[in-house]
Amino acid sequence: MKHVGVPNSTSLEVYKSDGGYAAAAQALRMKPAEIVELVKKANLRGRGGAGFPAGLKWGFLPPGRDVTYLCVNADESEPPTFSNRVLMESDPHMLLEGILISGYATQTTVAYIYMRGEFIEQFHILQKAIDEAYAGGYFGKNILGSGYDLECYIHRGAGAYICGEETGLIESLEGKRGWPRIKPPFPAVEGAFRQPTVVNNVETLACVPHIVSRGVDWWLSLGHENSWGPKMYCVSGPVQRPGCYEGPLGITVRDLIYGEDFGGGMLGGKRVKAVFPGGLSMGVLRGDVFPRNAGAVDPKQDYDELDCMLDFDDPRRYGLMGLGTAAGVVVPEDVDIRDVLVNVTRFFGTESCGQCTQCREGSNWMRKIAGRLRAGAGRLYDLDLLEDISNNMGMMPGQSICGLSDGAAWPVRMLVQKFRREFEQHIAAQDPEAAERVLREINPAAYELPIVEGRATRSVGGTFQVPLDACGAGE
Amino acid sequence: MAWETIDRRSLSEDELGPGLSEAVKAKIRTFFDRYPTRQAVLLPALHVAQDAVGYISYRVMREVAELLELPPAKVMDVVSFYTQFWTHPRGKKTIVLCRSLGCELMGGKEVLAALKEKLGIGEHETSVDGEWSLMTEECLAACEHAPCMLINEKLHKCVRVEDLDRILADPENDKIEVVRSDLYDAPREPGSQA
Repeated sequence: MKHVGVPNSTSLEVYKSDGGYAAAAQALRMKPAEIVELVKKANLRGRGGAGFPAGLKWGFLPPGRDVTYLCVNADESEPPTFSNRVLMESDPHMLLEGILISGYATQTTVAYIYMRGEFIEQFHILQKAIDEAYAGGYFGKNILGSGYDLECYIHRGAGAYICGEETGLIESLEGKRGWPRIKPPFPAVEGAFRQPTVVNNVETLACVPHIVSRGVDWWLSLGHENSWGPKMYCVSGPVQRPGCYEGPLGITVRDLIYGEDFGGGMLGGKRVKAVFPGGLSMGVLRGDVFPRNAGAVDPKQDYDELDCMLDFDDPRRYGLMGLGTAAGVVVPEDVDIRDVLVNVTRFFGTESCGQCTQCREGSNWMRKIAGRLRAGAGRLYDLDLLEDISNNMGMMPGQSICGLSDGAAWPVRMLVQKFRREFEQHIAAQDPEAAERVLREINPAAYELPIVEGRATRSVGGTFQVPLDACGAGE
Repeated sequence: MAWETIDRRSLSEDELGPGLSEAVKAKIRTFFDRYPTRQAVLLPALHVAQDAVGYISYRVMREVAELLELPPAKVMDVVSFYTQFWTHPRGKKTIVLCRSLGCELMGGKEVLAALKEKLGIGEHETSVDGEWSLMTEECLAACEHAPCMLINEKLHKCVRVEDLDRILADPENDKIEVVRSDLYDAPREPGSQA
């Protein structure tokens, strides 16, 4: 499906020699509404993380509009995702063809590719491809004699995770700080420059030419119910062949790590401790086996979480937020889970945009707690505290504007719930005197407060009751 | 860390730092017809300005604000939000090291420690001779090549501690191999280094 590894794959010539832009020519002979119908029929769900059906999104555009903007979300910042980068650096014209077809289907006037600032080589590659496409008549006025005009520009971001959120992206495009907007109005009604706007991920748009040229039947032959089509999977961490691989939706995490066509197994034969299968914010899977019945391991009945299928629905059964970007990072058995917690909380603490209080304060609070656990000054109460914070931030409890804080809370909650025993062992193994020393260093103001032992109590209703003497004990 | 507060309204002319040349301003104006509003040109303008000056000085903020018909506070608002804009001078070569989970698992921490030792600077610091700046970034989206780092524009992949000497000594370590587009670059004087 793509030209990775083909020499000079970024040039227009190579792309056209392989039937490139034929789908665009075909699409420009159709009516825009027909293409939208086609995409709806194929049930193309957004590849960027949320899995929202692209055809439906396009259908929200109000009729009778003059100006429509298409924002291409190339602000790929979710660690450890890099499929968009691979696509843009080895097959930029496929993206541009997708932009052209989708732009025609939505009657877009200007398409902005919002590219993250760290993509430097990719910017130059894509810009060259755009220049070629302009010269070849695929952008500009009267494209391929159809009377349809489309301008395409790259807009470079400057290093902000939040600009991958669609309204944050729009704000950033407008030249403001990337603070997400309250929805509704949804971008389809009032987006960039207060005009109807479509925001789609790079990979979603790159799928569109194939739906047009190969047909819906081909598309529906890949994947399964509700998750049709191919997907670019990424796998990284200590595996034999880290990289970006394409497969139908619905492969399992085990395939992704051990499959010959994918990760190829772990480096040094280590066991998997944990996997973040959809980017950090989607949550974590444990790598070890849970026997259904105590005692003997029965491969038919026992399962482990690596059987999680990577499609739009199955990850939810394992407590994950969703498919996310289908980019897995594998944590091997010899890594301290506290390091992982520190890394995850630090990421979200740094990247929270600071607009909503719960996210700004909560993510950094969790980061401090994680740092304290790592430094050997943890308390059992901290684990409850982490869960409590993560239950009380995000869009789902109704506390924030965008989903970043859900993404910050979810992996922390999953880590604490799934690896609680390991955290407790670490805390039990701490030297109390050293712990107190660390606490004094971290927060000298609280040094005389006691280290609270034991868990905080939970009432029947699930609300959290903090023992009075624990309040203020070194936040 | 002690914070120094600056009253930016009463700064003297020479405390404002370097400004933009006419050529750079003309370059920024070429972006105007791409966007329906002037404010949207802000990010491209700051990219071009940073490429010309090296960082975003107070004078640059004022001049960009004037150019885009914005209050200077709005420009500062945006500059302070994005991590790629520097508000103070930086070294000739800026190393951006990835510290996200994938890179950390593959030895990013050791690379960071070795870099700090070799350059004698900490994170977000610039060496005394003005050659190097070191900073960390959350994810560079090159996780299959972990650990990775950017030197100005060039992405170094699968960096090992033992490779660092070779990479740092290479004068070409910040040049990329693909065909460059000068869209976001400042206009170069003829004869100067591109």
